[in-house]
Formats: sequence, structure tokens, C-alpha cells
Amino acid sequence: MTDLAFIDKALVSARPRAVAALLRYFRNLDTAEEAFQEACLRALKTWPEKGPPRDPTAWLILVGRNVALDQTRRARRQEPLPEGDEIADPEVSEAELVERLDEAHYRDDVLRLLFVCCHPELPATQQIALALRMVSGLSVAQIARAFLVTETAMEQRITRAKARIAKADVPFEAPGPVERAERLAAVMAMIYLVFNEGYSASGGDAPMRAGLCDEAIRLARLLLRLFPAEPEMMGLTALLLLQHSRSAARFDGNGELVLLDDQDRALWNKGMIAEGLALLEKAIRHRRRGVYQIQAAVAALHAQAVSPADTDWDEIEQLYGALEALTPSPVITLNRAVAVSKAKGPKEALDMIAPLEAKLSGYFHYFGVKGALLKDLGRNEEARTAFDRAIALANSPAEAAHIRMHLDRLAKEGARAG
Amino acid sequence: MLYAILCYHDEAVTTCWSKEHEAKVMTDLGVVQERLARNGKLGPVARLMPTTAATTLRKDREPAVVMDGPFAETKEQLLGFYLIDGESLEEVLEIARDLGKANPGGAYEIRPLMMFTPGSVAV
Repeated sequence: MTDLAFIDKALVSARPRAVAALLRYFRNLDTAEEAFQEACLRALKTWPEKGPPRDPTAWLILVGRNVALDQTRRARRQEPLPEGDEIADPEVSEAELVERLDEAHYRDDVLRLLFVCCHPELPATQQIALALRMVSGLSVAQIARAFLVTETAMEQRITRAKARIAKADVPFEAPGPVERAERLAAVMAMIYLVFNEGYSASGGDAPMRAGLCDEAIRLARLLLRLFPAEPEMMGLTALLLLQHSRSAARFDGNGELVLLDDQDRALWNKGMIAEGLALLEKAIRHRRRGVYQIQAAVAALHAQAVSPADTDWDEIEQLYGALEALTPSPVITLNRAVAVSKAKGPKEALDMIAPLEAKLSGYFHYFGVKGALLKDLGRNEEARTAFDRAIALANSPAEAAHIRMHLDRLAKEGARAG
Repeated sequence: MLYAILCYHDEAVTTCWSKEHEAKVMTDLGVVQERLARNGKLGPVARLMPTTAATTLRKDREPAVVMDGPFAETKEQLLGFYLIDGESLEEVLEIARDLGKANPGGAYEIRPLMMFTPGSVAV
């Protein structure tokens, strides 16, 4: 007897590779997904009696492929299939299939599946929804809950995304090294988006959306297993683990955001921190800098500091400097300015961010940082003006609440002074 | 005699565990381990990080080569081990069965130790 919970876990873990291989056969997301689902139904019927097969993923691919082929044949009234020999040969045994599907094969299949999901013609929200549906296997209802929309709306979003991909030109041949690197970069960006969807959530929605962070880490680990020597892949996985390690400390009892300085560091997940640090250490050995590795290095310095005062802000400033050199952006300069304010003082930081105001005039964090720096310098009137701008630009109630706390403190100080 | 119980499981499956499932497995294993410890049967226990955290030094050539990832590309990976002081293979198999009930799936390889040095690391 095989336990049903075990089968369920085996199906979930086989999904990315199986759907990816089926996509290579059928070149259509819907067919691949239906074939996989049909194979899962058969697994639930036969595995409890016979026990799970030696290689569940290969079994699911083989059965899914045969089922879908049967259906296609029936639909076409036994007409010969126009496709290549791969799908015209249903006699391949499981063992042979296992031989064929070595790790390198899976690698390009899974990468292709993820790459298809993050097609540049799709808006970010559709990319994420599609990846969660196709690769992670979350139900439409689960994804809808995570995105705070109705199930119908999410269903439509996914259907539209699939329709767009069906029309787009998806490359099915094995990619060359340059193309593979490009695909990997696009997929990494998408995984980071999935993570941030969960990470940026706050208030009552946060617990529902935090699952997205776990899902992103799962996807990152999946890719890292397939590309074990890619330093940026290690960097991304480390970054996600290090950021997620703080999740238990990031919200108070009322669901309000707790800033890094005020977090109870005892609540940080030590296992995730240790794994993140181990991955970063491996990545750095390659001596190939990248944006994820640098951001992970910043997160690592925070994770290793026993208290806010213990944080190595000089090193963080240098890391943001390195990040600026790789991808110049006013937002990174703003982050560097925060490090400068801690290492050198608010005056230096304020001078640094002054030239950014034109570019960041619609950016919440700019005015939040500016207000805090002015407040530290005792320029309370100007600080209040900056905080008011920040509140007007807040993206979430939690952000607005945080700035309001600053304003309340200013008001109290003003009352005491007056 | 000292035996190692080497724990193999499909990492793709274990990394899919929900937090609740993970917590339950750890609690159930804890119960078995506590009993073993009380009876003076339990030596060091280790749980390894995922194989993505592994680095391999191939020393069959000169100079040795450092490679990312685990040494063996297997469907099931070495994810941890126990050291057990057992009277017999039968007894250790019984212990492995108890651990297996708390943590189903995968396999335990039971391997007698040829030598054991406790070392000097304070953990």
C-alpha cells in the first residue's frame, strides 16, 4: 500500500519536469497540462495498489504522453501524425525513457517551460500567474487568493496568457550557450518577481501571500539543481533565503510592518540564513559578480549582524556602489545613501540624494528616506513636508502607517519643544 | 557495534514539504531519538543542507578540481545520518523501521562503522 499523501507529494515534485517534457512533445501548454493531469489521475488509481514506479517523473511523462497521443489520434480519426519520430514512437519503455531523459534534457525542458511563462509580451502579473499554474501547479483558486482577485478574473488572466503564448514564436530547439544564459536571466527575474509579490504583501493579506515566497524559493532551488555551477543562480537562491529568513519578525501582532532595525532578531530563521550564507560563499568562489550575488551579500551582512548597531554599513555602502556600477539606477543610489547615513551621517546622505529628486519625484521611498534624514538633522519642518509627500505616494496602508508614525513622533517633539 | 544509518530521499520531494509536514516529521523523529538516547543507543545525528549547497573536490587528478553540487547525481540524495550503538543488525533494522515510520519515503542504508573518532568540535 502506498500512502496517498506520499503520492500527492511525488506528483507535486514531479510536475515541473514532467510538464516541461510534455511541452517539448506537444508544443502546446494546454495539451501538456491536460496530459499531465490525466497521468496524475492514473497514478492515483494504480500506485496505491502496485506501489510507486522506480522513477515517478518518467512514468508520468510516458503515461501522459500516451494518453494525449491516444486522444489526438481519436480526434484525427487515426490519421498519421505529422510530428517527428519522438511522438510517433509510443513503444518506448519507461527504462528507455529514463535513459533518454538525463539531467541535461530536463534542464533545457524546465528552463524552456519557465522561459515560455516569462515571455516578454506578457505583463509581469500574467507571467507570474502562468508560472505558478504551469510549473508550481497551484490551483487557479490558490493563485487568485494570492493575487487578491476573484477566481474568474484569475482564470481569464491565465487563459489570456496562454492564448498569447500560443500565437508567439516559442523556440523548441535546444538553446545555444548564449541563448541559455539569456533565458536563465529572464527566468531568474521572473522568480524574483514571484518572491516580491509575496514579500511586499502586508497587513491581513500577508499570510495568504507569503506562500509566494516559499514557491519562489522552490523554483529557485529547482533551477539551481539543474544549473549547479551558475553563481548568479546561487546568488538569487541565497538572496531569497536570506530575505525570507526574516519573515517571522517582519510583522507585529497587528500585521504592521516592523523595520529591520526594530525586528526581534531571535525570530530570524537560522536554518535559512545558514543555507543562504553557504550558497553565497560558493557563488563568490567563481569571481563573477552579478546583481543577485551583490544583493545577497547585502542581505548576508544584515543577517550576520547581532544588532542594528553591529551592522557593517561601510561594507554595505561599497556593495551598493558595486551594484550601481553594474546597473546604474537612482533607486540603488538611494539605497547607498541609506548606508552612507549610517556610516558617515545624515548630512552626507542628504547631499547624495538631492540630485535624485527629479528622477524619483513619484517614489514613496525617496521621500521617506529624505524625511528621516531631515528629521535626524533636526530640520523638522522640512521633514514634515517630505513625510507628507511620502504618504501621498504610499503603495500600501502599511507604508502609509509607517510614515504616519514618523509624523506622530515629530508632532510629539514639537509639542515638547513648544 | 556502531552502525551508521544513512538517510536517502528524493530532495525534490523533501523540499516540497509544507511547514506543517516538516514540523510533524521532526517531532515524530524526535520522539524516536529521545527513546534511543535514553537507552544509550544514539550517537551523533546530522541533517545535511540540500545538495545545492554542496561542493565536490575531485581529487583523482592533479591538481584536484572543485565542482559545484553533490558528488553523485542520483535520484535520491544523501540528506543526513544517524550513528547508532546497536547490539545487532536486527536491532538497528528495527530502529531504522521506527525512524522510517516517523519519516516515510526514501531509504535508509545501514552501514557498520570500521572506525569512529568523536573529534574535538564543540557543537
